[in-house]
Amino acid sequence: MHQEYTVIEGDFVNAGKASSSVKKTLKQLNVNPQVVKRVVVALYEAEVNAIAHAYGGKVLVDIDPDKIRMVVADKGPGIPDIAWAMQEGHSTARPEVRDMGFGAGMGLPNMQKNVDRLNVTSEVGVGTTVEMEVNFS
Amino acid sequence: MFYHALQIDEPRCIGCSRCMKICPTEAIRIHGGKASIQEHRCVDCGRCYEVCPAQAIRIKDDDFEDIRQYPHSVALLPAVFMGQFPDDISVSRVYATLRELGFAHVMEVESAAMIYKDAKERYARQHPDVRPLISSFCPAIVRLIQIKYPSLTENVLPIKVPLDLSAMYAVQELVSRGIPRHEIGLFYITPCAAKVAAVKAPVGEEKSLIDGVINMNLLYNRVYKHIKDQGKNHQYPPLSRQRLSADAILSTLTNGERRICTAKRSYAIDGIENVMDFLEKLENDEVEGVEFLELRACDQSCAGALLSVDNRFLCGERMYARARKAAERERNGEMARDREMEQYKDYLIDHAVLDEVQPRSMMVLDPDISKALEKMEKIEQMKVRLPQIDCGVCGAPTCEAFATDVVCRQASLHQCVFYRLHLEQAGKMTLHEGRTNMYAVWGDDRIGGEIEV
Repeated sequence: MHQEYTVIEGDFVNAGKASSSVKKTLKQLNVNPQVVKRVVVALYEAEVNAIAHAYGGKVLVDIDPDKIRMVVADKGPGIPDIAWAMQEGHSTARPEVRDMGFGAGMGLPNMQKNVDRLNVTSEVGVGTTVEMEVNFS
Repeated sequence: MFYHALQIDEPRCIGCSRCMKICPTEAIRIHGGKASIQEHRCVDCGRCYEVCPAQAIRIKDDDFEDIRQYPHSVALLPAVFMGQFPDDISVSRVYATLRELGFAHVMEVESAAMIYKDAKERYARQHPDVRPLISSFCPAIVRLIQIKYPSLTENVLPIKVPLDLSAMYAVQELVSRGIPRHEIGLFYITPCAAKVAAVKAPVGEEKSLIDGVINMNLLYNRVYKHIKDQGKNHQYPPLSRQRLSADAILSTLTNGERRICTAKRSYAIDGIENVMDFLEKLENDEVEGVEFLELRACDQSCAGALLSVDNRFLCGERMYARARKAAERERNGEMARDREMEQYKDYLIDHAVLDEVQPRSMMVLDPDISKALEKMEKIEQMKVRLPQIDCGVCGAPTCEAFATDVVCRQASLHQCVFYRLHLEQAGKMTLHEGRTNMYAVWGDDRIGGEIEV
């Protein structure tokens, strides 16, 4: 099963639309509630990242009987040093984004904590792609 | 199957579908011109009861005369019951009237409100990792979380509510006076449907202590009539009764639990739609640092309960007035501490913990995830062919709910009036067949004939 969502730069009002929709789907599939929670938390972080740091992007979701795969691809400034950004508290967020309560540098570490596989690829000046997988059991 | 207290009175139901459209859990469908409730989705919130223009939705209670089977019948009253009466009828007079009507004992369940508070706080101390803790007070909310927010069931405080604590107290107290248990009949005067369900099919325990439930509005009528019949000069027998503290009186209103809880950050939310909005966010981990949640299905909490006789704001203000009086007595040291219940406090707190609340999701399409995925693909494909205007003519509240019903074989695609038009245009359905399908949902008396304008 495949789903697609679009996220728009700076549209914090609609942050969480994709993760809420995925949440509903997983509940209908009888996925363990604690697994659903991990998926939703990770996807929400990725959504907010694309809204806050990039110029928007796409969320692609594929659900199989045993796992969910989520790809959040944005067009944006990219991450120069991914290993650095993966550490808690490290953030490249602009001051105005931090003022809104985002950009504490917990995004990528939080995703890492909640998913079974995380792969971040990025090109400076082009964009960032976050791929995440969560097993259902 | 799942118990629910709200029932459709079919002969009265006019099939207007107002209930179907307002139900927050999409639990209502129309068949043969009558509403029907899907019991696994119903949380007994009673939004349907409020909007029904035909009084065709009932709350199944017990017969008042049942109280006479017990030499020691106990009326367990919610504090909002007193909020129903006009100012010139005192709390004492209502108590005395209940005795004259046949109850051997009368007690307000909120007399256990502070014990409930202590039991919640003890649980919170013992489980520092579970946050936020969600109050167990409103049974419609507990059920809502079970069916729609299964990941949050572990956050629901598995603590007996004041009703159950006061029932335990009543039994302990009367038995200690040498009264055999079988002579004691506990009757809860219920302000809503959800409390009936909580008594008849409790969550987190096998069986409730309560022997019967009586709808609050019906008892109001009996009490009010009796008082009027007796006239102003009637001498009521003297009685000693417990006085509720201001905190206890206010505990059933919005903010009642929150204002006395020790949590650093907490919210009090009333109205089931507001609660659902919030739980949606909470499930996504979008709300940080919250320690306690007081969630109530009714607007203005129990003052706005389904069986409230008077306007929710008038009832609420009367309760505030009573609480102000109680607070004044407390300040003046006139409030005799309730030593009776104090004596059982440790016992009650020790017995207040329930089993953990379990999820029972209503949303699952199929227990087998491969089959569920197949069904979901079908629903998605079907949805884009449906008009997506949620007209409800198919007898389901939304196009999505309808598509789900069709895929789960609980409805026929032919119930959609737009799809029928497509079939008729394509020569695949006759007018007669179309009409038969319409009758199946709405009954055969809705087509009124020619209208002249």
